[in-house]
Amino acid sequence: MTEVLPVEGFNFGPILIAQQPFSALPWVVMLPLIAALLCFTLYNIKAQRVISLLLGIGQMLLTVWLASIIAEDAASSVVHQLGGWPAPLGIVLTLNGFSALLLVMAAVIGFAITVYSCRYFTSSEQERKFWPLFWLLLVALNGIFISSDIFNLYVMLEILGLSAVSLVAIQAQRGALQAALQYLLVGLCGSLLYLFGVALLYRTYGVLDINLLSKVVIAEPVSQLALTVITLGLLLKTALFPLHFWLPSAHSNAPAPVSAALSGLVIKGSFYLLFVFWFKILSPAATFAGATFLGVLGAIAIVWGSVKAFNTPRLKLVVAYSTVAQLGYLFVLFPLFFGRPDLAMGAVAYFIVAHACAKAAMFMAAGSIQKAAGHDDIARMSGIASKMPLSIFIFAIAGASLIGLPPTGGFIAKWLMLTSAIESQQWWWVLVMLAGGLLAAAYLFRILNLAFTSGQDVPSEPLKNGPRERLWGPLILVTITIFIGFNAMWVLELLNAGTGVFALQPTDGLMTELANGSVNTAPSKEGL
Amino acid sequence: MMSQVELYTFCAVILLGMGMTGLILNQHIIRKIIALNIMGIGIFMLLISTAGVHSGAIDPVPHAMVLTGIVVAVAGSALALNLAARLKDMTEQADD
Repeated sequence: MTEVLPVEGFNFGPILIAQQPFSALPWVVMLPLIAALLCFTLYNIKAQRVISLLLGIGQMLLTVWLASIIAEDAASSVVHQLGGWPAPLGIVLTLNGFSALLLVMAAVIGFAITVYSCRYFTSSEQERKFWPLFWLLLVALNGIFISSDIFNLYVMLEILGLSAVSLVAIQAQRGALQAALQYLLVGLCGSLLYLFGVALLYRTYGVLDINLLSKVVIAEPVSQLALTVITLGLLLKTALFPLHFWLPSAHSNAPAPVSAALSGLVIKGSFYLLFVFWFKILSPAATFAGATFLGVLGAIAIVWGSVKAFNTPRLKLVVAYSTVAQLGYLFVLFPLFFGRPDLAMGAVAYFIVAHACAKAAMFMAAGSIQKAAGHDDIARMSGIASKMPLSIFIFAIAGASLIGLPPTGGFIAKWLMLTSAIESQQWWWVLVMLAGGLLAAAYLFRILNLAFTSGQDVPSEPLKNGPRERLWGPLILVTITIFIGFNAMWVLELLNAGTGVFALQPTDGLMTELANGSVNTAPSKEGL
Repeated sequence: MMSQVELYTFCAVILLGMGMTGLILNQHIIRKIIALNIMGIGIFMLLISTAGVHSGAIDPVPHAMVLTGIVVAVAGSALALNLAARLKDMTEQADD
């Protein structure tokens, strides 16, 4: 049996309090907010596009610069006190390696979606509504990644939920509105449960700041109740099986750029919060049994989501169910944190990034196929690869990453996960991970198979709107997917620098273990 | 005899439970939105009772939280009602 050690909570390293207030950090939230306000006031599509592209590039530069500061500085986190008010009363912004990585991810994927959206919408009414809401979404997401006040996080969570719902509803069709309303009710319920947990914590410990709270929390019924309610609320928003019921309709009924943002980014926001609560803020209250329970739910999600994806007749619904399945992996990693937290941490971060890139690219490719064909009925898509080669190419590469084939980011993520499971001596999760890969291959090859064979019995349909493959956005993401498949070190070093969890470079860690003989076999590690 | 804080906490938990039950059991969309609001009020009441937990001075932070929470709840309810109204219009048009 596994020897279960209590998790001590992540040591995010010594906190660096800058001599002068670190003034760049609030801009991570301010920049998208300015973009949102400008897009809202300028009711002109051309101006909105120019602003979005320029500020999108600005946001990427800003986040990459912040990440490079974190990566260079061994002293790990950057702190900014809003308005100069210190922690118990004021709101503190904190940036560590994990959040820096997620900020860069959100900025890059946000930019890819921006590029794609400039050419996606046919209705100018929809596009005018899209830009301000999309930027608000990024405001909330960035806020979640850097804020360290649990009530402020509640506000950010609500902004995220409300803007995501409004984005689903910009396509004023009945199905989309119904999906949006259901999404809204579920989201509101989830964030109220979260607020309930916050109220309990404040009542017991009298502080809202993450760093202060993590020092005073002990394992007692109140903190465990708070963790349970917060977990329940965030699971509703993260859509873990069996609370995923709202996700497929919301994600598949939205316009393609919105689907890409929802599946790639929004879900990761609430997952990040859940992660921080389990392994940093309330880690004394977290139990191995609870984590295993989440892991089992995750395993069921992998199987259930894949089976549904295999049986569904619509392309975007397949991609949406695939999100349900892929989210399962993130929860399968929860129990592994009680064995080897350093390895599991790398796997979680890598998987989030790899999945976000692949899923956003896939939704955008599916969107352009749907647009050109006028439908997204899989049965009528035979031979579409010859008409829309680029879309299918992007779909296939993203698919390879979801399955976990080399040389994509998904392969590294799977590899890290498998290592983590074996090293934690919880080998049974390996079976789930391998089965999940096969199932993903099954539902993706079903589509690719049809796309490449021109049916003899069914004549392939002409494209309604002609092949309009304007796919620079997803192409960027697919390139990144392959790039991080070859350059895993870059991502892991950032985590390493920022969290203080990785002992040194992960390969070094593995090497020392190899030397100690604690790793029994060493399958090829070219990817690393 | 129940103290004021205990009474408030007790009522807050009851309201929260009522709201959740209503949200899960009701089919009608307006009822669901009202249930969500009741749930929210329960949590706000819990926060207000927190302000008096420590005898002596009253803690102002929960008040600030409740104020913010009310603003968020109004925004959420408005969006939900707007979506519900648009759905109803659409359904009626489809019936005509």
